[in-house]
Amino acid sequence: MGVMTYGGAALEALRQAMAADPTVWCVGEDLGRGGVFGQYKGLREEFGPDRVSDAPISEAAIMAAAFGAAMVGTRPVVEMRFADFALCATDELINQIAKARFMFGGQSRAPMVIRKPMGMWRSSAAQHSQSLESWYAHIPGLVVAVPSTAQDNFSMMKAAIEADDPVVYLEHKNIWANEGEVDQAAPYQWGTARVRLKGGDVTIVSWSDCANRAEQAGRTLAAEGIGAEVIDLRSLWPWDRTAVIESAARTGRLLVAHESVAVGGFGAEVVATVVQEADLKARPRRIGAPRALIPYAPNLEDQLRVTADMIADAARELCA
Amino acid sequence: MTQPNYDRTRGLALLTMMERIRAFERQAELAATRDQLVLGAIHLSIGQEACAAGIIAALRRDDLLLSTHRGHGHTLAKGADPTAMMEELLGRAGGCCGGKGGSMHIADFGVGMLGANGVVSANIPIGAGAAHGIKLLGDDRIVVDIFGDGAINRGPFLEGLNWAAVFGLPVLFVCEDNEWSATTRTSDMTAGEGAAARAKSFGIRTEVVDGNDVEAVADIARDLVAAIRRDRQPAFLHARTFRQGGHTYFDPATYRAKEEAAARIASDDPIARQREILLGAGVAEADLDRIASDAWAEMEAALAAAAAAPFPEDGSVFADVQDIGSPELEAY
Repeated sequence: MGVMTYGGAALEALRQAMAADPTVWCVGEDLGRGGVFGQYKGLREEFGPDRVSDAPISEAAIMAAAFGAAMVGTRPVVEMRFADFALCATDELINQIAKARFMFGGQSRAPMVIRKPMGMWRSSAAQHSQSLESWYAHIPGLVVAVPSTAQDNFSMMKAAIEADDPVVYLEHKNIWANEGEVDQAAPYQWGTARVRLKGGDVTIVSWSDCANRAEQAGRTLAAEGIGAEVIDLRSLWPWDRTAVIESAARTGRLLVAHESVAVGGFGAEVVATVVQEADLKARPRRIGAPRALIPYAPNLEDQLRVTADMIADAARELCA
Repeated sequence: MTQPNYDRTRGLALLTMMERIRAFERQAELAATRDQLVLGAIHLSIGQEACAAGIIAALRRDDLLLSTHRGHGHTLAKGADPTAMMEELLGRAGGCCGGKGGSMHIADFGVGMLGANGVVSANIPIGAGAAHGIKLLGDDRIVVDIFGDGAINRGPFLEGLNWAAVFGLPVLFVCEDNEWSATTRTSDMTAGEGAAARAKSFGIRTEVVDGNDVEAVADIARDLVAAIRRDRQPAFLHARTFRQGGHTYFDPATYRAKEEAAARIASDDPIARQREILLGAGVAEADLDRIASDAWAEMEAALAAAAAAPFPEDGSVFADVQDIGSPELEAY
């Protein structure tokens, strides 16, 4: 056990994986100096420039070249700098990486971790702030990781590097410095949620940094005598339907909260799945960002944020 | 006419491969038109056989190859089994991709063929990446990455060539220029001096070859492959050829004058040209005819075997998607 930051935990998991397996390497813009957010700090000194490779500002080539290198037996960790920039490499991820194993009849694997720092930070505007996790959950062939704590960013990064599938690894860039206890030996199983708070009155499902806000809302509600069960999905594909359905069936009330746009979001998937499987006492709710573009001005940006207060209010309404 | 030290053995091997590719393509066309057994689009490489035969003759079996939607010839030349290829075109279980990829994703990793690609230009940076992987692993294989003239107008061409040059990767890029971007003349859609000039601008060694002269293609490919294997640096080959048919087997190519194609086929067919060279070198015409008829018989048998082969099991649609969150368990 020990305290690590969210960013530092993934760095330590990556460092250990690189030390253990010489076929693991990282590639992306500005990795030589440690990455834009320091996620690779010290790795070049330890493992050299070939295994901690800078790259031209060439997202399609970064993604495609890492894929080619994965097909011949290496295990690349691909840095996209911002999730928004990964859209420059959409064909490479969706048409090539996600499909290669299937369309070549199982001859190929793409053991890759594709890191895409996402989410609203501060005044980064429309091209540096998006949360597009629901897009990737829609694509067969991909695993979608949305860790929210230091513990999970350690355990899930380790599991992502060990996986033989391509893992879209979405870290929230607002929480790099969040600290938490990390048990390096803690097991992690894909598709298992973490129950952040136990409660019997309402089930709140969330992921990524929004799960931290959901937990905060849950603590506020607990002080008011409302028992919120806060479930952090941790991965969106696969996702822990069993835990969510079981909890919602027990509490009879379901709220899904995510930072990304509500329309067409993964919250809709969660709600649709639950209502097919469980009888609820109240109509389920989802809250997410309005289908609007993320602005620069801080007051406008705040209008799109999903806050702990909003989550608590929605839960109170559900329980009323 | 023929040079005194002409290598007849190699010349015959090159002709044999070209005849096999053409016979495969003609049988595939029959499978589609006569037999209605190929349901999706297939893109035939008739007229372009010298590129596949000449370039891939320079490779070792463990060298790697990436190709395009027009990739049957390359795949066959790399050593894939024609029956497994034909089964793939017919969507059968014994196809080299289990019937899941079809013509446009044909691949045989067992012979180093890492896949045809349905997206123009996409295989260029992937091929550079395969070479990047080889560099990291530290072995002496090389990669050949073949694409068409239409591919040079997409970003991955620029990104992939730059990548290979920046990282010093063992990859031969081949622009197999058949003059057509699907159904549009490439020259109408391409600014500047084209493929070779663009490649040279990256400081990559670049050669241009008559892509219908299989001996010339084989000569330059041998030199380039040897240089890449030795120096671990990329090279670029612009091979000028001509697509004798339409974009797909069902494209009648009404956008170009019939006379244009007929004249090119009559004067510049790579198989006819190679037969002339071999006749000049003293090979009997009957021997050349036998190469063609043997190739035809081989591919006729491949089609017959494929047509009789079973389709994949229904449940295999859920297999080989992913291990984690596999649709076999999670799709619904």
